[in-house]
Amino acid sequence: MKAGVIVFPGSNCDLDAYHLVRDILGQEADYIWHGETSPGEYDLLILPGGFSYGDYLRSGAIARFSPVMEAVASFAAAGGMVLGICNGFQILTEAGLLPGALYRNRHLQFRCRQTYIRVENNRLPFTGLARKEQVLKIPVAHGDGCYYVPEDELAGLEERGQVVFRYTDSGGSPTKKANPNGSVSNIAGVCNEQGNVLGLMPHPERAGEDLLGSSDGLVIFKSILDYLGAGEVSRRG
Amino acid sequence: MPTGRFCAGWKGETVLKWKAKIEILLKQQVLDPQGGAVEKALKTMGYPSVTGVRVGKYIELVLSAEGRGQAAARVEEMSEKLLSNPVIEDYRYELVEVGE
Repeated sequence: MKAGVIVFPGSNCDLDAYHLVRDILGQEADYIWHGETSPGEYDLLILPGGFSYGDYLRSGAIARFSPVMEAVASFAAAGGMVLGICNGFQILTEAGLLPGALYRNRHLQFRCRQTYIRVENNRLPFTGLARKEQVLKIPVAHGDGCYYVPEDELAGLEERGQVVFRYTDSGGSPTKKANPNGSVSNIAGVCNEQGNVLGLMPHPERAGEDLLGSSDGLVIFKSILDYLGAGEVSRRG
Repeated sequence: MPTGRFCAGWKGETVLKWKAKIEILLKQQVLDPQGGAVEKALKTMGYPSVTGVRVGKYIELVLSAEGRGQAAARVEEMSEKLLSNPVIEDYRYELVEVGE
């Protein structure tokens, strides 16, 4: 697999994503500067976490107009796999590549801690190796992670399996306490209708080694590898 | 809604400068945690009757355009594409002619 990690001015988890792909998975990875208009051939594009453009105006609002984003949109439209983590998720919603919006945490505090997220849809290229309702321990670090989608659109997202991850306690219950930001319906991650673009606030790239407290994030990256190798989504659970 | 001075001194095709005053606010149905915190502070300060506090953004910009209609169209386009996020926010603006 060859992954491209997009670097915006203010990205700060680009190295984490690069490290995971290269050093943990043993796959190829390149950095792609945000000014690049024709980034070349990749199997996966990662929009990493950080504070692109200082989060001015709204998180992701300015990065969404970076030159590279046209290439990201074409890549996604052609079925390419795009993974947005934290600020990358915010950029993808701002770009309209994912539904909904992310804004200020309901309690107004920055949250940097471990969370548990439950896999709600394991029939995706990103989650094929996970069990249905498997609970993953993955950290969050954000101030603008409250996911919002209008009430009348939420049911459609649920029905189409676009709600991919939900914050739960360690036992898999989506309690209010388990929700680090007040997001609607405890949503932690969503995908597009086609299932090839995924965004999530937690950082699976920071949960790839036991040394870091958890290696649960690996199931996402290994699912991607499995999907690319097998050529079809693994269906389990 | 545009509420600026209506076309006084409008000069047809002449390019004019306009100042746009744009207000952006979270939609009514979107919970505003900043507004809630400010409201609580105001109540604590001794203004218990205050309700409905909403915190938004105010943006000013100057642009050149041939007439109010063109200026308004551009401000709306900019507001919908970048200045506001239509999923969570509403905007309104005022246009004031500031000369040639």
